Amino acid sequence: MKTTIGNVASVVAEQEYDVRRIRADFPILNRSVNGRPLVYLDNAATTQKPNCVIDALSRYYREDNSNIHRGVHYLSQRATDQYESVREKIRAFINAGTEQEIVFVRGATEGINLVAHSYVRRRIGEGDEIVISEMEHHSNIVPWQLVCEQTGANLRVVPINDAGEIDIDAYERMLTPRVKFVSIVYVSNSLGTINPIRRMIRSAHAAGIPVLIDGAQAVSHMDVDVRDLDCDFFVFSGHKMFGPTGIGILYGKAGHLESMPPYQGGGDMIKSVTFEKTIYNDLPYKFEAGTPNIAGVVALGAAVDYIASVGLKEIGEHERDLLSYATESVRTIDGLRIIGTAREKSAVVSFMLENVHPHDIGTIIDSFGVAIRTGHHCTQPVMKRFGIPATARASFALYNTREEIDILTDGIRNVLKVFS
Amino acid sequence: MTDLDSLYQDVILDHNKSPHNFRKLGDANRRADGYNPLCGDHYTVYLRVRDGIIEEASFEGSGCAISKASASVMSSLLKGKSEDEANGLIDLFQNLVTGRIDPMEDADRLGKLAAFGGVSEYPARVKCASLAWHTLRAAIENRNDVVSTEE
Repeated sequence: MKTTIGNVASVVAEQEYDVRRIRADFPILNRSVNGRPLVYLDNAATTQKPNCVIDALSRYYREDNSNIHRGVHYLSQRATDQYESVREKIRAFINAGTEQEIVFVRGATEGINLVAHSYVRRRIGEGDEIVISEMEHHSNIVPWQLVCEQTGANLRVVPINDAGEIDIDAYERMLTPRVKFVSIVYVSNSLGTINPIRRMIRSAHAAGIPVLIDGAQAVSHMDVDVRDLDCDFFVFSGHKMFGPTGIGILYGKAGHLESMPPYQGGGDMIKSVTFEKTIYNDLPYKFEAGTPNIAGVVALGAAVDYIASVGLKEIGEHERDLLSYATESVRTIDGLRIIGTAREKSAVVSFMLENVHPHDIGTIIDSFGVAIRTGHHCTQPVMKRFGIPATARASFALYNTREEIDILTDGIRNVLKVFS
Repeated sequence: MTDLDSLYQDVILDHNKSPHNFRKLGDANRRADGYNPLCGDHYTVYLRVRDGIIEEASFEGSGCAISKASASVMSSLLKGKSEDEANGLIDLFQNLVTGRIDPMEDADRLGKLAAFGGVSEYPARVKCASLAWHTLRAAIENRNDVVSTEE
């Protein structure tokens, strides 16, 4: 199976990036919206699913559905094998050391909450500090606020500059002995900024501080190697990488995970239960209480294969082209201001129009079949930093095209016409 | 008329561009703040009420075209209305934007409000249109807390 994937990847890599063939893999891209062909530019919120993922979900339920672990019958064994083979696939995808370091969770949000609850809360006390940045998603703010409320610790926030880049000097000055944990986003969902996490992890480690990386916006766009990064924890969501909703990954260094108590109690996370004493299961099962999202895991495996078949290097090049084309195109529009102009940026363009609220932009270009997101993107502190209520955001993925960006730009010009 | 034209009618675009009664009311004796945290829309509604009659109404704040035009049209309808009549308008507007009444059939009763007849086709925008009206209700009741669309 793996050999086949490798061959497909190398064959595709030798050819020109064939976006039309990729689009043919995503059935939803054939539909129309408001009488126009769908132009889906809301990929930072969730990506569309290729046939292989949709088929894996339905095939699992049609042919293999059964509960995993401890079953002696045929289907249970098949379901278990598929579930666990995806764990190995994910390990290879992010180059973790062992499968025991891969925990299936509901999504990046649950991964962060798990670490906040089982790792950080036990190691932190009054007056200690947790460091995050001003560009974090609410999911990487609120769990830490809860820990601070419960422990008397303080949340410290690294500022960002007008381009939406992290103030790295301020960050390094903040790493005092009071800091017990750092949690930073790899790629900002509302600004597109790619943070210098390698350096940030190194600086934190030099001060003896463990680091969690929120990789939700990274994994479908760039190569991630958790051992090379040397992060202590890494979280991401399946649905932002062409997989189903409701499934995500927490990676943690084995030593950390070993030291942590379970997050939830229930079936599958135990070795033995008596009313006097319960012995917890080994990693990673200790953190997977209850029947998990088996079908979601199986389909996530198909998504990982799909990304590998296209190639992250090729995806990255295609998206860089889309980003520069989109940036140049929208810059020609009068009164348009891009929010988030970092030098290192992923394929996200957040923007404002003079005198037109983002929600009006979103509604009007929706009538052209163009799906973008408008609002605060779950990053209200970013909006406050830039003194704006909301932005309109176009975010791109491997199946988007320059033609779609032209339709977006025409749509924005029509917004201006409506409000002229 | 396409759906989009029915949402962004000229009345709405005009009121957005040049809102009526868009100022603080110095001698207001009722006021309330309204906030939609999803899009950051924020308005303050001011009223001067004497003997149960709204003598003057104004508003301040910022938001999308639908919310601002709605606040503007609302403020222009309130002068001389009793509190009961104002509450009736609030109910009428709410019924209109949630699609419970037909803007064509009720054109006479709706008057200028008919311009908001297209909103019901856009469920995501109903809160935008309603924000000022929720705020008006709070001002009439003289509640000083911030009205939120997310309660």
